[in-house]
Amino acid sequence: MTTKTTREITLPTEPFAVNIGPAHPSTHGVFRMLTTLDGEVILNMEPIFGYLHRGIEKLAEERTYGGCVPLTDRLDYLASMSNNLAYVLAVEKLAGIAVPERAEYIRVIMAELQRIASHLIAVGAFLNDCGAFMTPILYMLREREKILDLFDMVCGQRLTYNYMRVGGVSQDIPEEFAPALKKFLKEMPGWINEYEWLLKENEILLARAKGVGILTREMAINISASGPVLRASGVEWDIRRADPYSIYDRFEFDIPTGKAGDCYDRYRVRVEEMRQSLRILEQALKDLPGGEVRSEVPHLIRPPAGEAYSHIEAPRGELGFYLVSDGSIAPYRFHVRAPTLINLTALNDMMRGWKVADLILIFGSIDICLAEVDR
Amino acid sequence: MFEHYGIGIVKGMSVTLRNLFRRPVTTQYPEQRLNPSRRTRGNELIWNQERCTGCGTCAKSCPQGSIDIVTSTKIEENKYRVEKFEVDMGYCIFCGLCVEACPYNAIFLGYAYERARYRRGELVLAKEGLLESAERKPSGYAHPEVAAELPAQSLLLDKDRGRRS
Repeated sequence: MTTKTTREITLPTEPFAVNIGPAHPSTHGVFRMLTTLDGEVILNMEPIFGYLHRGIEKLAEERTYGGCVPLTDRLDYLASMSNNLAYVLAVEKLAGIAVPERAEYIRVIMAELQRIASHLIAVGAFLNDCGAFMTPILYMLREREKILDLFDMVCGQRLTYNYMRVGGVSQDIPEEFAPALKKFLKEMPGWINEYEWLLKENEILLARAKGVGILTREMAINISASGPVLRASGVEWDIRRADPYSIYDRFEFDIPTGKAGDCYDRYRVRVEEMRQSLRILEQALKDLPGGEVRSEVPHLIRPPAGEAYSHIEAPRGELGFYLVSDGSIAPYRFHVRAPTLINLTALNDMMRGWKVADLILIFGSIDICLAEVDR
Repeated sequence: MFEHYGIGIVKGMSVTLRNLFRRPVTTQYPEQRLNPSRRTRGNELIWNQERCTGCGTCAKSCPQGSIDIVTSTKIEENKYRVEKFEVDMGYCIFCGLCVEACPYNAIFLGYAYERARYRRGELVLAKEGLLESAERKPSGYAHPEVAAELPAQSLLLDKDRGRRS
């Protein structure tokens, strides 16, 4: 038995426009949706963003290559480590800098921990939008706090890490890090099982999310969606596997995919990805070699004139940095391919025909971070 | 859809029940305090006047341009005389790049927190205001020898009893 949706309007009335946002509790930031409604049914949705524009791409053009790393923290503040990683990979590609083995492993550990932390927020916020107000997200914030403690131990901050450097990482992990991470890896599967037991077959979640906001496989490919949004539509595409960067070709992991491409599948894909990240973390911690964590890089890097594009699988999708150098100490052009901005373009197609209550849910299921969209 | 009807609330209540007998993970902040990380990038900069040679590497590495340093043009006793060393903490983003860049270990990030001020002018610190004192302790960021003397960080992992599995 499936719930009946009102995709077909039986008695059309006069359409009217409603602004949802920019400051609305469910918009995950300052985002405005200009919706055209017929009664409660959405006819059209126009995303309006730019309220959080800080001009980061332009600011980067007057900073040195090393000084841009703190700026990348502030793009997607829920996944700062991934942003750091994508940026330093682009500079290393541009300047041809090698990275020590140990630093590569530390980077992978940080990126995967960050993926778990980011997905915990994504899943928690999604359930918040479902109507499970604050209860599941507080469980997930508790686990995220343990990851943030580990980041704090390594780099001294809980949110803006500024940990990766061109040619390695800023400093070696302290000796108490590995035991703490081992303890976390031992406990985390139990916590994920608890969320799953609590939420996976919850009838309210199933009724609200199953079959809602379907993004078909063809459409997902056409709008060049990436990350969990794409994988939930049944496309097995993960840059860690498709174009391995850093040392991801050495690890064994699966790519979870969905079938229907609805909100429920996107939630499932994120939970499964957390388990796969734990697998990668275990392998990386086991093989962690000794040695240097930072290669000899001049204080002011002057890459040869040219351009480089480097992309990684960030928690929200394909995060790319495109850098153009004119041979000076600052980038000539600094462009960010933000995954959530591209995923946002699918929103109108996903929402059309659904009710206002589903709008909040569909919007929550693509997991956007407005600081990254507006830059 | 409704074959699961009623299961959700039973599962939810059982999770509630189990958490009822678990120790709280929270801390009552102003009375109880946690130890910050040994490498914490606390809200202040600490300057060591004896070690500073006035080379200005910190000011060059600062992405925000919040360090203002003026030195003598002549070298005296193998170092420049620092005439002005002023940091606008309102602009500082505590990235720690100056601490990493300093070749003479003369600049540190602070270990303390609760550094809010009522006026913006109080955030601009000059030479004497930047020195180390009893309430201005340096943190171990980029300085492992300082980190070794600081107390261990309190982790939520140790506090939480964990799941019985």
